[in-house]
Amino acid sequence: MSRIDFMQGNTACAEGALAAGCRFFGGYPITPSTEIAEHMAAKLPKVGGVFIQMEDEIAGIASVIGASWTGARAMTATSGPGFSLMMENIGFAVMTETPCVVVNIQRGGPSTGQPTMAAQGDMLQCRFGSHGDYSIIALSPASVQEMYDLTAEAFNLADRFRIPVFVMADEIIGHMRERLMIPDSVHRGERKLLGKGNLPYQADDDLVPGFPVFGKGYGVHVTGLTHDERGYPCATSPSVHECLVKRLVDKVESARDSIASCDIVNPDARVVFISYGAPSRAVEQVLHDIHNDNVGHLRLKLVWPFAESLLSRFSNAETFIVPELNMGQMAREIKRHTNRRVIPVPKLGGALHDPFDLAALVEELL
Amino acid sequence: MTFDEWLRVDRLPHIYCAGCGNGTVINCTLSAVDQMGWKKEEIVFVSGIGCSSRAPGYIVTDSLHTTHGRAIAFATGIKMANPDLKVVVFTGDGDLAAIGGNHFIHGCRRNIDLTVICMNNMIYGMTGGQGSPTTPRGALSTTTPYGSSEAAFDLCGLAAAAGANYVARYTSYHVKELTLAIRTGLGNPGFSFIEALVQCPTNYGRRNKLRQVSDQIEYFKSHAILAQKAERMREEGKKIPDDMIIIGELARRNRPALGVRK
Amino acid sequence: MRTEIRFSGFGGQGIILAAVIVGRAAVMYDAKYAVQTQVYGPEARGGASMSAVIIDDEPVLFPKVTSPDVYVIMSQEGFEKYGVSAGERAVMLVDSSLVQSRPGCRCIEIPATKVAREALGRDIVANIIMIGALVAATGVVSREAIEKAILDSVPKGTEELNLKAMRKGFELAGQVKCE
Repeated sequence: MSRIDFMQGNTACAEGALAAGCRFFGGYPITPSTEIAEHMAAKLPKVGGVFIQMEDEIAGIASVIGASWTGARAMTATSGPGFSLMMENIGFAVMTETPCVVVNIQRGGPSTGQPTMAAQGDMLQCRFGSHGDYSIIALSPASVQEMYDLTAEAFNLADRFRIPVFVMADEIIGHMRERLMIPDSVHRGERKLLGKGNLPYQADDDLVPGFPVFGKGYGVHVTGLTHDERGYPCATSPSVHECLVKRLVDKVESARDSIASCDIVNPDARVVFISYGAPSRAVEQVLHDIHNDNVGHLRLKLVWPFAESLLSRFSNAETFIVPELNMGQMAREIKRHTNRRVIPVPKLGGALHDPFDLAALVEELL
Repeated sequence: MTFDEWLRVDRLPHIYCAGCGNGTVINCTLSAVDQMGWKKEEIVFVSGIGCSSRAPGYIVTDSLHTTHGRAIAFATGIKMANPDLKVVVFTGDGDLAAIGGNHFIHGCRRNIDLTVICMNNMIYGMTGGQGSPTTPRGALSTTTPYGSSEAAFDLCGLAAAAGANYVARYTSYHVKELTLAIRTGLGNPGFSFIEALVQCPTNYGRRNKLRQVSDQIEYFKSHAILAQKAERMREEGKKIPDDMIIIGELARRNRPALGVRK
Repeated sequence: MRTEIRFSGFGGQGIILAAVIVGRAAVMYDAKYAVQTQVYGPEARGGASMSAVIIDDEPVLFPKVTSPDVYVIMSQEGFEKYGVSAGERAVMLVDSSLVQSRPGCRCIEIPATKVAREALGRDIVANIIMIGALVAATGVVSREAIEKAILDSVPKGTEELNLKAMRKGFELAGQVKCE
């Protein structure tokens, strides 16, 4: 039986992870994400899992990657400063095709910034923050329910694509408490194992190689160096490098339409909000209050890879309004894909966009 | 045992320079592992970045060649998630004590059940001979062209102080002793740290009047002093010269260990 | 109907827990919707603590309190920081044993800390007295729901004390006869 609870977003994130079978958490306390670690510390030992508080976030993500190679579903959670520290090892996870989930409860930056205030300033960092070319998946919950649901889904996507998957939440969603429907069970995808006779990094048709779990006799060498299909370092061959990096990008980008996840309201509207995370709640309030079919909403649950085909679902849209808790990070991406007018509505400081201000902007445009 | 059964022969020849001491440490390690009777599928070798860290790539077991300095943190995740695996870390002086220093001391503090083998060549070999935290005071490197003005780290002292259950130091000259120490470390629950001083003729010896491979090995031989003897000399009030290398078992105890299946 | 409630007092009074209990009562036992938020400062004790809860019959969209309908104020500093700007149409419950000022809006005086100390022997349940008074005065959640939510939220062994505090709150709000 599913049940109703009244829960904090961060706790719901941890519960979603546990429901998805996460059995390893390695991390370092940081506001405003700490409740996730605390809840995992309390719950994981009771389900046969492992919680370990590492000496810093670099070690946190490293331990998660190590745990993942034993076949465990593994995660960490952090915020801006810790996220910055993780970047090198996130690139390692991309290069070695290690499934893992990284939750970022975003706070105001740069630097120590506003530890207890919400922001969405790490949206480009999660996409591009490690060096080199690569692609990842990022989800952005807009409610406590989605903290649960999208965290659980993150594990499925991580296993399917063998990449780090980011849950890019924010302090508002992480810290607020609201109604949560906890389902009986959540859908649990399988991590495809390395097939007999296949080389460790020989990809299948989905561009993803099967996973050789440590300790099962595969005898696999895993390296962050450019490697061939055997997994052997091959760092000076231009063709091996090009082929590998292209596949790492293509396996995600070629699936972007099929994994796109969003809510669409009033697809025939002339003015369309595009939002993700907490600002979605202000937009939803605007649409609720003004009741106008000419105002639409595209709410992204899956933010990266950005599926530009979603924009064409709004065939009458003249203007896209993009409220974000940053200076226009996703608005920049949206502008890249459309000739229609894109109006970023940046918001810094930690407060959410005021629905009255957003409504006034819409009035002006209609 | 034959080394062929432990090595990825299709990856040979290896990248190590002629006369490099790392091969000796790899041999000693594989001998020790073989003596333990461990199956290949239950062993994972983990490493960071540097010459030492290329070792796992030549061994047939599962292996994880990670980022610079972080091998112990990765290994901690592996061991905690699956305590049935035997996890051995190969590292070097720069990898372990400079960029990875924090992970090193916390690994020791947790006393996590890993065996960490440090090939200490006192130099950054792979990047061409820069000074490391174990470069002796006065020694020349490309970043200490007038002689290092910093003190060198005592890696074993650090490990013992931070809480490792087993700590030993030998050199590439002391093959039998080193093998036994590694074997003891493998069998000892908790954090086992074995430091092996190794010659780097290309980037250390060449700049420090130890040009021939044998010069540096000869140096290890003549400058090594057993811990027990050093202790006796101290008790007798005799001074131990600064350039002596204290070898032997430096800590062996049975503090509670992490990552051991209960 | 959307009702916005703001709680303020000093750290350690259970200001955040008060908002959580009211939200929990609404969601879990009155089949309503609620969003609870709070201000996070670096202090764990002292200072002016603030939390808020929005209760609605339909899902709460905008999660932040903008113009509270109801205030529950338990310290003078809390009043000055979070209560002084209350709109004319708001209702404010003040712990009259600790708050000297009075707002321009309708005010319900509940001597919660005094009663907690003198009648119940424990200052710590003053917040529960205020919750009881809030429920009795506004009906924002049902009495049954708040009782269950309190029982869910308080430490084992203190259930009876807290229920007594809740009933004291019902009683004190009843005596004020402001409804």
